[in-house]
Amino acid sequence: MIADNFIYCKPDTLREASAAYRTLLREDKTPFYYGGGSEIITMARAGSRIPDAVIDIKGIPECNTLEINDGDVVIGAAVTLNQIQESKLFPLLGITGSRIADHTNQCRITLGGNICGTIIYKETLLPLLLTDSTILTMGPRGRGRKLPVNKLFDRQIKLLKGEFIYQIRTDVSLTKADFTHVKKTANEKIDYPLLTVCTLETEGKLRLAFSGMYSHPFRSTNIEDAINHTDLTIEEKLDMALSLLPDFPLTDSEGSGEYRKFVFRNTLKEIIERHEND
Amino acid sequence: MITKLTQNIPRKESWDKVTGKAVYTDDLPITNHYCARILPSPHASARIKSINIQKAAEIPGVKAVITGQEYSVLCGPTLLDRPPLAKDCVRYAGEPVAIVVALDEATALQAVRLIEVDYEVMPALLSPLDSIKKDAPLLHPQISSYTHVVEDIYPIEKSNISAQYHIRKGNIEEGFANSDIIVEETFHLPPSDHLAMEVRTARAEISADGKVLITTASQSPFTVAKDIAKAFQISPGDIEVHVPFVGGAFGGKANVSLEFLAYMASKKVNGHPVRVIIPREEDMTSAPSKLGMDATIKIGAAKDGKIQGAKFEFHVDCGAYSDIAPYMTKAITADCTGPYNIENLVCDSYCVYTNHTYATSYRGFGHLSYTYCVERTLDQLAKKCNLDPLKFRLLNAIKPGDLAPNQVISTYSNTGNTALCLEKLKGIIHWNGPQITNIDENIVRATGISCLWKAATPPSNAVSGALITFNSDGSLNLNTGVVEMGNGGQTNLAQILAEKLKMDINKIHVTLNVNTRLNPEHYKTVASISAYMAGNAVVRAADDIISQLKSIGSQVYSCKPEEIEVSDSKVYCIKAPTNYTEFKDIIAGYKTEGGASIGEPVLAKGGYMLKGITVLDPKTGKGRSGPSWTVGAQAVEIEFDKRDCTYRIINATTVMDVGQVLNPNSMREMIMGGMAMGLSMASRENYSYNKQGRLKTPNLRTYKLLHIGQEPKYKVEFVETPQTDSPFGTRGISEHGIIGMPAALANALSLASEVNIRELPITPEYLWKQRKEKYDS
Amino acid sequence: MIKYYNDLSVIELHVNGEARKVTVRPADILLDVLREQLGLTGAKAGCKNGDCGTCTILMDGLPVKSCLVLAVEAVGHELLTVEGLSGIAPIQNAFVKYHAFQCGYCTSGFLMVCHALATTKPDADEYEMERWLESNICRCTSYQEIRSAITEVLDTASRQTERSTYATIS
Repeated sequence: MIADNFIYCKPDTLREASAAYRTLLREDKTPFYYGGGSEIITMARAGSRIPDAVIDIKGIPECNTLEINDGDVVIGAAVTLNQIQESKLFPLLGITGSRIADHTNQCRITLGGNICGTIIYKETLLPLLLTDSTILTMGPRGRGRKLPVNKLFDRQIKLLKGEFIYQIRTDVSLTKADFTHVKKTANEKIDYPLLTVCTLETEGKLRLAFSGMYSHPFRSTNIEDAINHTDLTIEEKLDMALSLLPDFPLTDSEGSGEYRKFVFRNTLKEIIERHEND
Repeated sequence: MITKLTQNIPRKESWDKVTGKAVYTDDLPITNHYCARILPSPHASARIKSINIQKAAEIPGVKAVITGQEYSVLCGPTLLDRPPLAKDCVRYAGEPVAIVVALDEATALQAVRLIEVDYEVMPALLSPLDSIKKDAPLLHPQISSYTHVVEDIYPIEKSNISAQYHIRKGNIEEGFANSDIIVEETFHLPPSDHLAMEVRTARAEISADGKVLITTASQSPFTVAKDIAKAFQISPGDIEVHVPFVGGAFGGKANVSLEFLAYMASKKVNGHPVRVIIPREEDMTSAPSKLGMDATIKIGAAKDGKIQGAKFEFHVDCGAYSDIAPYMTKAITADCTGPYNIENLVCDSYCVYTNHTYATSYRGFGHLSYTYCVERTLDQLAKKCNLDPLKFRLLNAIKPGDLAPNQVISTYSNTGNTALCLEKLKGIIHWNGPQITNIDENIVRATGISCLWKAATPPSNAVSGALITFNSDGSLNLNTGVVEMGNGGQTNLAQILAEKLKMDINKIHVTLNVNTRLNPEHYKTVASISAYMAGNAVVRAADDIISQLKSIGSQVYSCKPEEIEVSDSKVYCIKAPTNYTEFKDIIAGYKTEGGASIGEPVLAKGGYMLKGITVLDPKTGKGRSGPSWTVGAQAVEIEFDKRDCTYRIINATTVMDVGQVLNPNSMREMIMGGMAMGLSMASRENYSYNKQGRLKTPNLRTYKLLHIGQEPKYKVEFVETPQTDSPFGTRGISEHGIIGMPAALANALSLASEVNIRELPITPEYLWKQRKEKYDS
Repeated sequence: MIKYYNDLSVIELHVNGEARKVTVRPADILLDVLREQLGLTGAKAGCKNGDCGTCTILMDGLPVKSCLVLAVEAVGHELLTVEGLSGIAPIQNAFVKYHAFQCGYCTSGFLMVCHALATTKPDADEYEMERWLESNICRCTSYQEIRSAITEVLDTASRQTERSTYATIS
């Protein structure tokens, strides 16, 4: 039961979505773009964040794209985590999504929603950060932007007011690179991560991105350099990676910051060993 | 000859439940029902300075706003210490402060958010050990003036202790003096929650002539009627309580709380039907949870492993109100040793108020908490004695002639056979002493064991009844007051009846909903005693049927009643079995070919009242607190990863002395369900409060339960030592699977991780921290 | 054309093969509408937060938690609730046979996930089966019973697919 009502609209085109946003804004509403709805519905029910209006982007064809086009894997923002996994077009993104929430929820949670929601983990960003994916957005005046993911995301998604993500493009060759995905939880599998690590191997070197350590996911080229250093022992690499962490990790009901550091070190060790044994 | 009891019978309500047709309280139509929502307190301890309901009351569609100021009612099953709505102060975060009754839920919720409460926040007591400190603030300064609902509750004046129970048995000084090895450990177990999948809910309506109808998800329909009658000065007969299917309870729905609010809400709107609904978050914070415990356990043994003496101290964290926790404290005390013979024994147990959500009965009624502490200590002791922990338990297992902590003399009938359970467990798990098996360089495998026992501790006036009527096809309607909440109680009773009448169980219909107007009183569907109490009532009702049929049959066949046999839905004279009358032709009276009427319609009844239950002596704990124990032995095998302190639960085994197997698969699955709940609790579940006393994880997103895929392989085997006064010797088993699981898991993990585990839940982080401290120092 | 729902609106839902008209607010969740307006109370409100799975229904053949779907979003989709299984889905019989429930409150949700799995992925291996079913919580059983039930249904379903594939080829 959501106590406070809101307006729901479902545009058929990107242009309609922008127009709807403008119209609602003029009516003094603060609309939310709406993907799978999981977060908006739970927050509205709890009364913690109540939208005046939602604009459901699931009816927009560009938001439902799931194909290879012009050397890129193109995924619409309204494509569900389950669809991405089933498509096998971007295996690392597929497997990462397959460990977010649970399978039934993956049939509703969308790529755009996971990236733009308020839940801090945003694990689908990890593969996108590792593959230098490109984000396509649409602004409220009908103007689009095309940005590398690391330009749009730095601790938070830096969308302009009324702007929304409608597609993500990733170089096909990078989606085919060797990868690992490790998710560690407090004890129960179906849980938020203590730590999720995604790696991608290009030209013999590892790229690494992390979620769960802080209130935002991150990729660190410094840590990558340490891990890829050829003259260091594994222990030295791990020590260096730990020392390069930007802050002391998060303490919450999943685990303490001190424990997260332990898990981080252990998980990295597993990954490096596996990498070096290959 | 036993034929029906050991058959595997699907639950009577199976097809209702797999088609979505089974109706639970909130599935009933809501047309013409107002909706009520509560305002929970955000503070764990605060004085209510004022409540402004004006803005809430002004919303169109709001029918009433009720606050605690309107009532001076206190409630509770042992001590009247809890106002249904907070009055003057709040004692836990989540405590209901006001109710809004509105046309629909959205309006009610909007109005709840507009109620303005001015609180003066006070420091919160968040541990029983803090609550018993000398200078601790008093949660209930008026504790001595509270009405005692039960005779054996002993609050301590000007303290936070609502009840205390003690055991003094043998000579403890001598016991420890004779001990070569003494182990003393302290334990901390946090509260957690039942998490039945059905959220609690209740409805009420009052007719123009004052008749009250309550519909509720409750384990205690008859208590609901009595408690509401007492609180609001209504004649109990004017209250009718309906309980449809209950979606899991685990003790959490034995408490009466939302029913009071539903009554108050309906009363305020001239008796209009009102449904009180709470979301899962409030079910976790406002409604009662499982108790927490702090314990000190000291056990001494001679070199040969024979236990010489034990001293236990338990501080039960009952939260803000006592509810049934004093009786759980009593049960913990009466059974404090587990199924072992300890001649010299001291136990001091205190039920302590804190500013946590108050506790109510939870599967195992406190037994899993003390069992954890005792069984962990026993493992330590066995290790120090250099003895195999299983052999050590065998050596000390209680036998006929030994005295239980409450000094009841143990017999096979009242206790069962602990040693046999251990022996059988040993064979099943191929036990070869405590071993750590290396799977690879990082992963080790280990098994931990635990015994369990539990006696029900019902009041001495607990009753049950059974009524039986017939249908025109000769099938029976078995009518009892047992709530169907997943326990399979109705199916079990039908099976007992089928056995008694030697007839097909498919021709026995059961009442799957309880209506206090129609069903005979059954104490409460709690304590795993339905098969015993209602079962005995059913046996008596069956005897009543047989006697009536024999009487009619003797007239039909012109023989003596004792020459009449009732079997397979037929009545005949043993001299001519082929010349029989089918039930359908005799149950409504018999009509001869000539048209003459013989006999009367068969209507049968049986009643049962518990006998011989006594109050425990307040100083020594001597007395008979329950009809019998059920004992068992359990094992858990784990794989522990030394690198990251994670673990997997591989196997979980229980051997239980069930007295007599009844519907074996169903019995097995009931025990497995208990085991699963115990493993989930011990590995994941924790009511963790922040410094302000607010629950950190008040939803299923953050309070984790075990999901499929992470469960071990379960195995359950039976020992059958009949309980002579129980139907066919069967014992209560519904709760018991849970009891030894946390201890067995901890014993396995302690062995594998080399950590002396003294807390729950056992998370990888906990193990990592303990190992780190151990190796760093 | 943009669809726009402001206040109470009449929408048409396709549930269990029937077109049903209901009047909803845009903020009404599908679970409440199914239960309160259509009387389809098989789907339960266990948490209304997407965590427990008791409200699971199928939308176009895939499981969704109906507490996290707005009723207006369901327009144009095929909905299947436990009532629509009509007692003839193999998983229902298997649940009875293997005692895969006790209190029955999570059962509808589990049945829907199992039914979706058996119909869309009869060849699902154990890992895939667990992945689908770990969307739901059962507090009564040990899960072993549910595992036995779905395993039997998947075994039968995959054998049938094998046979029909074979038949098509020959």
